[in-house]
Amino acid sequence: MKALVWHGTTDIRCDSVPDPQIEHPRDAIIKVTSCAICGSDLHLYNHFMPGMKSGDIMGHETMGEVVEVGAESKGKLKVGDRVVIPFTIICGECDQCKRGNFSVCERTNRNGHIAAKAFGHTTAGLFGYTHLTGGYPGGQAEYLRVPFADATHIKVPNSLSDEQLLFLSDIFPTGWQAAVQCDIEPTDTVAIWGAGPVGQMAIRSAILLGAKQVIVIDRVPERLDMAKAGGAITINLDEESVIERLNELTNGKGPEKCIDAVGMEAHATATIDSMYDRVKQATMMETDRPHVLREMAYVCRPAGTLSVPGVYGGLLDKIPFGAIMNKGLTIRTGQTHVNRWTDDLLRRIEEGQIDPSFVITHTVPLDQGPDMYKIFRDKQDGCIKVVLKP
Amino acid sequence: MRYETERTRRRGHADTATDTLARGLGIFSIAFGIAEIAAPRSLARALGMKGQEGLIAGYGVREIVTGIGILASKDPTPWIWGRVAGDGLDLATLATALEGRNPKKGNVGIAMAAVAGVTALDFYCAQTLSRESPHPLPPMQDYSDRTGYPRGIGQSHGAAQDFEVPRDFRTPEAMRPYSQPQAPQRPMPSM
Repeated sequence: MKALVWHGTTDIRCDSVPDPQIEHPRDAIIKVTSCAICGSDLHLYNHFMPGMKSGDIMGHETMGEVVEVGAESKGKLKVGDRVVIPFTIICGECDQCKRGNFSVCERTNRNGHIAAKAFGHTTAGLFGYTHLTGGYPGGQAEYLRVPFADATHIKVPNSLSDEQLLFLSDIFPTGWQAAVQCDIEPTDTVAIWGAGPVGQMAIRSAILLGAKQVIVIDRVPERLDMAKAGGAITINLDEESVIERLNELTNGKGPEKCIDAVGMEAHATATIDSMYDRVKQATMMETDRPHVLREMAYVCRPAGTLSVPGVYGGLLDKIPFGAIMNKGLTIRTGQTHVNRWTDDLLRRIEEGQIDPSFVITHTVPLDQGPDMYKIFRDKQDGCIKVVLKP
Repeated sequence: MRYETERTRRRGHADTATDTLARGLGIFSIAFGIAEIAAPRSLARALGMKGQEGLIAGYGVREIVTGIGILASKDPTPWIWGRVAGDGLDLATLATALEGRNPKKGNVGIAMAAVAGVTALDFYCAQTLSRESPHPLPPMQDYSDRTGYPRGIGQSHGAAQDFEVPRDFRTPEAMRPYSQPQAPQRPMPSM
């Protein structure tokens, strides 16, 4: 089959690889009908996340049709089922899964001992996302083996298009969880850093949850336009002072709720502290560029909440914990517990409250994926979200 | 000619204002160069730099070459940076005339201020052009209709208020009086 394969830093190719096979009775194989490139795939493309090996298949936003089912998954899945595959692989049986904390499933990361060394404990296995999270082949391919398939799937109806459903795999529930972590009240101002795909979903989620005011910060005009269409007030960080403008929009009090939809790769030349971080990254003295965390901690209203769906990988420098402690801020973060939210979100799509397909700017065949990685990374051609068709 | 990049909403449009400024600097460069070649003695006398007429004429040639480069090239950016470098040379040369007992120090100061002003303009022009693209980029995509709300934002705003935030995602009860605008239920404790 054809698949997008990681060969090294900024080197992704469309290769022919062996078809996946059932390896365990709980597995299933799906024929991929649509998959997408995620912003967090760019952390692998740029090789900021450790644990990739040449030959790894990329992708964790995937949907398709079940073509083969292992013996132990047959009660839950059958050939022909239309499914979206969540990016977190879940067993559905461990203590964390029973609590709904699917992204920290205790059993699906087959390299859990490596994750435990890095983070103290294992986290869930993820598709196409380093050997730290299990080294599972990803879904930017013609076929995907789904481990623990009896639990790791979202059945979807035929009445909706792939484009409406695909983002249940990651970015929609991720934006939703970011907003839910804020426990939004009707009087709240929610400030969101980053108008990429997750930021766009977080804006719509905050609007659905009834925030009084949603403000988004970015520097790419097209992304700001899309954010504005979704109901956000926009701040272009190249043109205005973010902190001054946020204070102005909140009568000097700061936003109650702040969402970091940027993560570890804050633009390296946009601010002085990011330049500092970039130098430290280059000299192996720091892994991430946490400009957004610093700015959120500074501007957030006392007793407010910082919600962090943006991906961080390792060790961060100069975090203003004095501001966080003295202002009594709450920090909520984590990879997304996809299946905890998807039944509710699917209903909202069906009811027409939201149509996540608004975010798609490019749809191309799978073999054009390598070029699209570069275009997406460089934010060229108005690129916000790429869907690949195998 | 340079073109606006993705940094602005006018992506793909020619930046005619900066191009006009660059051409103006090119014409100024040629005019000033001609003056330096035509009257090096008068300039040297006014600045108290007698004996350096040859150098002034040489700088005049440099100005004319740079000016022609700006006006004749498709992309004036490297030539404008050349002007910035030349301005630095002019300032350094004038600074030498501030030494010793030059009776025309006042004139030198005025000349340095004028060159500094032109340098600022040259630098602004060069920096703006460098940020831009030598080739026209595709114009900005219009995403103003990408709301994501099939029934309109009015219908969707607050549509999920039926959603019950799970207990483990709620703001701790003890924080609610402080994070919400209503007054606390109990009197504030004194420190």
